[in-house]
Amino acid sequence: MSKNHTGPLLSVNHLVTEFETRGKNNITVVDDISFHVNEGEIVAIVGESGSGKSITSLSIMGLLKNGGHVTGGAILYQGTDLLKLSKKERRQVRGKEMSMIFQEPMSSLNPMLRIKSQIAEAINIHQPAKSKKQVQEKVIDLLKQVEIPDAERVANRFPHQLSGGMRQRVMIAIALACEPKLLIADEPTTALDVTTQAQILALIKDLNKRRGTGVIFITHDLSVVADIADRVVVMYQGKIVEEADVFQLFDHPQHAYTKKLMRAMPTIEKKAGDSHAN
Amino acid sequence: MSYLKRSLLQVIPSLLLLTVIIFALVYVAGDPVSSMLPENATSEDREILAESLGLNEPFYVQYFQYLRSMVTGDFGTSYQYQRPALELVLERLPATLTLSLMAMLIAIIISIPLGILAALKRNTFVDFLVSGISIVGKAMPNFWIGIMLILFLAVQIQIFPVSGADTPAHFVLPAFTLGVALAAEMTRLVRASVLEVIEEEYVQTARSKGQKESIVISKHVFLNSLIPVVTIVGLQFPQLIGGAIVVETVFAWPGIGRLLLTAIETSDMAIIQTIVFVIAIFTIVVNLLTDLVYRVLDPRIKYN
Repeated sequence: MSKNHTGPLLSVNHLVTEFETRGKNNITVVDDISFHVNEGEIVAIVGESGSGKSITSLSIMGLLKNGGHVTGGAILYQGTDLLKLSKKERRQVRGKEMSMIFQEPMSSLNPMLRIKSQIAEAINIHQPAKSKKQVQEKVIDLLKQVEIPDAERVANRFPHQLSGGMRQRVMIAIALACEPKLLIADEPTTALDVTTQAQILALIKDLNKRRGTGVIFITHDLSVVADIADRVVVMYQGKIVEEADVFQLFDHPQHAYTKKLMRAMPTIEKKAGDSHAN
Repeated sequence: MSYLKRSLLQVIPSLLLLTVIIFALVYVAGDPVSSMLPENATSEDREILAESLGLNEPFYVQYFQYLRSMVTGDFGTSYQYQRPALELVLERLPATLTLSLMAMLIAIIISIPLGILAALKRNTFVDFLVSGISIVGKAMPNFWIGIMLILFLAVQIQIFPVSGADTPAHFVLPAFTLGVALAAEMTRLVRASVLEVIEEEYVQTARSKGQKESIVISKHVFLNSLIPVVTIVGLQFPQLIGGAIVVETVFAWPGIGRLLLTAIETSDMAIIQTIVFVIAIFTIVVNLLTDLVYRVLDPRIKYN
């Protein structure tokens, strides 16, 4: 990972991800997609369930399972093709250079471990030289950064003692533990209520501004896209059907599917009786 | 520790119910007078003995007398040994407990690594092999395993002693025999439990931190998959003591199992009652312990 790399932070080139099936034919879930994320940029990947957006993010992280494999293309992180790295080198990228938060904050934390040890784990993996005390201080600092009140107390809690919004904040704290340059957020607000959703979005936007963390934000909710993204990639049936600046996309959607997505978005005009608003 | 107090209080009704059942079984089982007196005893002799044993009293009076003597530690006298039944049972209990504990230990040592291995190598040859072995292990009756082990490892190759309980080497064959079926069942359980936990999202979270797969398994998968395993260990322990009766007979092990067997053969009611009671107490204690272990293992479980 060259430090003086100049191109985009991440470029995905002609990525193909397939899943093995019992029959002879593999299922292609991500089909020849290309997009990039610049440093400090928020790119949203939008699409319906099954469009391949989550599999795209798991492919980038190298977390595919259940017979999923990247079978074509390249994933360049600061110019280095992640697909050419060894398992060990890939692991060193995960959590340190790029990290991920998931859809279900209720189940993405280990129920048997205290919050502090789950955050500390992420630090210890990539910064083993840190003393116990330094790690503890970092844990509290991270909890404060994700705006958790009473961080010392929360650090000693178990996941089931926290609300969904708090758990997602903890997940973000874990993801930020080693100051990655890229954060992949896979529908991080879908499972949360609307107020909490807005708070988590504001937090991600704020972290992006303050720390310059690039973000891939996966969602099916276009109103969230409008709120957070700089650029939007629209996926449909494993392919990218449109890629545009967020304003451009909302003003002039090009692809028929994007237009359909827009129409599916509830608007005030619609409620007022204008059924053709788009 | 209010939880502990409450659980202990809940034990009392269970124990009372147990005494009623044991007493009723003995009451129905038959007339001890005819088994105690020679066949040519006169009906007057029978009457005198029945009177002295309190057998002419009504059912409930006899029950309360039984209960009263039990509370004072008097579980009756074995007419076969002419000694207090409780004393006889307590003398032999440690041998049975050690045997059961060793069997449990062997089952744990075998099943946890095998179960994890089978789960991690799911649907491969290794998995099928482990599943196959565990089905065979479960299907073989333990008296047969015992006899086979004696034949091969004690008679033919003579690595281990045939019977008795004098040295640590004496433990190996009986404990293994008793542990095999449990090991088989636990292996399948560990496998299923690991397979379930490994799909959990927090396991993915651990991987996304860049954690090594071996640590992901040991730190995140293993601990979480232990909970159902603890249940089985807790539930199976009393059953192990039941299995010990057979194994003790095969290996001439001086435990309560053999004592019970001879007591049943000679209708020595005092011993039968005492052993049933001791096993029941044991079951209750192990259940309590299982609950406590849960609490230590899983922070989500609260007893308030």
